[in-house]
Order: sequence, then structure tokens, then C-alpha cells
Amino acid sequence: MNKILLGKIVHYLLLLIGALSFLYPFIWMVSATLKPENEIANLSLIPSHITFDSYRAVFDKIPIVRSFLNSLFVSSAITASVLVFSSMVGYAMTFLSFRGKNLIFYIMLFTMMIPFQITLIPTYILIVKLGLADSYLALILPFMVSAFGIFLFKQYFSSIPRDLIDAARIDGSSEVMILFRVIWPNAFPALVTVGIITFLTTWNEVLWPLIVIREQSMMTMPQMVTLFAIGGSAESQQGVILASAMLLAIPVIIIYIFFQRYFIESMASSGVKG
Amino acid sequence: MSSPYLIFFLIFSVYPILFSLTLVFHRWNIISPMKFVGLENISYLIHDPLFWKSITNTFYFLLIHIPLQVVLALVLANALNRKMRGMTFFRASFFLPVVISGVVVTILWKSLYSTETGLLNNLLIHLGLFKIPWLTSVHWAMPSIAIMATWKNVGLYTVFFLAGLQGIPRHLYDAAELDGASAFQQFIHITVPILNPVVLMVVILSTINGFNLFIEPYVTTGGGPVNSTLSVVLYIYRQAFSFYKMGYAATLGFSLAMIIFIVTLIQKRVLEKDM
Repeated sequence: MNKILLGKIVHYLLLLIGALSFLYPFIWMVSATLKPENEIANLSLIPSHITFDSYRAVFDKIPIVRSFLNSLFVSSAITASVLVFSSMVGYAMTFLSFRGKNLIFYIMLFTMMIPFQITLIPTYILIVKLGLADSYLALILPFMVSAFGIFLFKQYFSSIPRDLIDAARIDGSSEVMILFRVIWPNAFPALVTVGIITFLTTWNEVLWPLIVIREQSMMTMPQMVTLFAIGGSAESQQGVILASAMLLAIPVIIIYIFFQRYFIESMASSGVKG
Repeated sequence: MSSPYLIFFLIFSVYPILFSLTLVFHRWNIISPMKFVGLENISYLIHDPLFWKSITNTFYFLLIHIPLQVVLALVLANALNRKMRGMTFFRASFFLPVVISGVVVTILWKSLYSTETGLLNNLLIHLGLFKIPWLTSVHWAMPSIAIMATWKNVGLYTVFFLAGLQGIPRHLYDAAELDGASAFQQFIHITVPILNPVVLMVVILSTINGFNLFIEPYVTTGGGPVNSTLSVVLYIYRQAFSFYKMGYAATLGFSLAMIIFIVTLIQKRVLEKDM
């Protein structure tokens, strides 16, 4: 009996070491942003006095609030669009029969395999030629439909009984009404999965904004923090740079604390990276 | 109702691919008219030392990143695969870096890695060891980035392995135990073969991830020291958006896509045959 207890304690100790190696750097980061600049290198987590100077400097030097709102707007718009359009196409692929359905399916498979390195430059040129550089549309347009989302919806919709749809059709509902009034309320897990993954990937995306946005007022939050960290305006002050990174992390951490189960299950089930 | 997808597909997939193919045979800086140059971009690429440097850098990265990722994820998944209290907390903490923006993780680790003031070197000195020039030495910079990338992604792969482990029927282990197999033997002969498809997925995803390395070197080292952390995507980014060599950048993009395709195909063959 004692041996089992000992085994449990050792097991917990190992898990704790594992958890600390992921959490400690974040704890250290929080502490570093609240310390005076000259104490950051100290091993101690507790500052001699708590100061918000680093955060104040971030707000003074860059329009970080504006970039937060930009990111929020862009990520929400893309997520809403992906949910609507991808579920529409997923619905059509599952419940409607029309010519070329299989062809569309293979085209989708193909789209998912094209790496972004091939489309990156032509898409940038397209955005420039359309006169959309430095605009919200530049950030939103290329991500409005997702082949991955269509797949997930199609897979999930296949498990919904056809009777539901037939009944609604007899009642005279249009296909669009059926999708939003009948299918959506029955497809909550799929909506959550596609929603979380889309929001997280667009919120964290940084290469695309770096390419199409040059004007500061249009920058997304990760882009602005990146340029702040590598550019000169932070004057290489560790605390200030870390504070800007912290501000970028906080919204995601807060949402994650409440919905971690959904985050983990969504990403595990889809096999993609955020 | 499929029309949104078809319109989108034509504009953001078909057109870019065709246009990218055209660019491969042209020289173009966006402003002046496009100039047809035949195979010039391709022959330049074959003789471009920086392109090959970025490819070997990526392989160096993968050589460290993949084994580290697979072993750590397996260990963590095994540790989580018990019916004990608190597993949700541990799983959530392993997964936290996965959801956090790569920008945050990179800025954080750049601080931790700092040679003079970084936490890691302070700890090493405290333990009576020596400082490591994590990001400033040609030999250390890429391994440092590989460690950082592993730390960021390992939680995701742990969850993949955990799902795999939970799918293994209990009676296989019971039978092995009856036959006198040790825990280690059970792990090697039951767990590993069953998890092989997951290993394959982890290897392929890590490889694609490695070839797409961008923000990590962009923020920590800028590709230095002496191009030792120059990644392919960073190189494409520079050719296209610092030098405006759109034709050459498109050529690089195509070559990278081909290389990823071939490498993952080889991995699939080897790993599927292996076990």
C-alpha cells in the first residue's frame, strides 16, 4: 500500500515539474513586467516594489489599444465569415445533390494541400492591384472561406438525421433557413471547433499583416508588438518589450482559462496547429 | 450554396497558383513591367548559396526538433494517462504555450536566452556552471530556436499521443503482464507500434512547421549570426518585400513547396515500413 502511495507522490512530482516548465516562464514574464528595469535580471520573482512603468511606456510609445481593436475586428469578421460560408458549403455538400459535387470535393482536397508559400506573393500582388493594401479588407478577404472548415462541417453534418431536414422542407423552409434554424442549433460542437480554431489562427497570424499593412494605425496587435520588439522605439528596454508581449497574451490567456477544455478538444480533434 | 466557395477558390487559389507559375519565369519588381527571363530564376536558385544555407539550416532544426518533440510528447502523454486527480490542470498547463501567439513566446524566450541578463544563464551561473551564448553563437542559435519551438508545440502533440494511448485496449497490457512482460517491454511492444500512425502525424506536422519557420528567427536573431538561423520563409520574405524580387521569391516558394512535399513523402514511406 505504501509503495502505491509513494508511486503516486513521485508521479505527481514529475507532473508538477512538467507543469512548472511550461508555466514558470509566463510567471517570470508577469513579474519582469512589474519590476523596475534594473531588477529584471534578478532570479527573485518578487520586485522590490511593484511598478507599472513598463506598461505605461507601451501605451505612450505605440497605439496598442488601436491595434487591439483592429485585431479584434479582423479576427471576429473572419470567424463569422468562415462559420457562415463554410457551413453553407458544408451543408450543400452533405444534403444537396447537384452536378459537379464530387469535383468540388476534390478541388477542396487539393486546396488544402497547396502550401501558402506558393500563394503568398500572388495574393499580395492581387491585394495591391485591387488597391486594398493598408485596409481591413486586405486582412480579411483572403481568409473568408476555409476548406478546412468546410471539411469539418461536412463531417459533422453527416451525423445529423436527414429526417430533420425533410420535415423542415415539408414545412416550406428554404435551404438557408434550414441551415441556420435547424442545422446550426444541432451542430454546436462543430461551430465551437471551427470558431475557436479560426479565431485563434487569425488572432495569432503575423506574417500576412507584416506583408500587406505598413501604416501604423491599421496594424494588428501581434504585428505591432513584433515591430515594437525588433524596432528601435522600445530602446531595447526588456521590461517594456515584455509588457507589450504580455498585453498581447492576456486576452487569449483569459479566454483560455475559462474554455481550456474546448480549446484542447477542438485542436486535438482537428489535427491542426493554431 | 457552394458558390461562395467556388468564387473564393477561383480568386484565392487558382489565380495565385497560375500567377505564381508565371512569375517563376519573369523578373519583376511590381513597379516596372514584367520581363520574361526564361529559366534564369531557376538557375540562379541552383547556384544561390543563401537558399541552400536556409535549407540546411531547416534540416539542422528538424534534426533536433523532431526527436525532442516526439520523445517529450510521449513522456508527457504517458504521465497524463492515469486516472488521478488534477490531470485536467496538468494537461491545460502543458497546452498553454500552444494557444499563446508565437510572437509572445518568441519575445519571452529571447529574454530568457539573453547571454548577459537572461534567466537561463543566471541559473547556470548560480549552479556553478558557465554561460551559454544561446542566440549569439553560430553553433547554438539554431538549437536554441529548436528548443523554443519544441516548448511551444509539445503540448499539442502530447494531446494527440494521449488520445492514441487512451484508445489502446486495456486487455493487451493485462495479457502481456500475465506473460511476464516488464513495463518497458510493454511500452516498446504494445504502445509504440499502436501509436505509430500518431508518430507519423507528429513527424509530418513538425516538418511542415519547421519549413515554415519565420517569426522565431525574425524576432530573435534576424536570421543571424552569419545566417545560421536564416529560414526559407524568412529568405522569401526578404527577397519579396525588402528587395522586391517577386519572380525570384515565387521561384523560392515553389521550390520550398516541392521540398516539403518530397520530404514528407519520404518520411511517410520510411515510418510506415519501419514498424
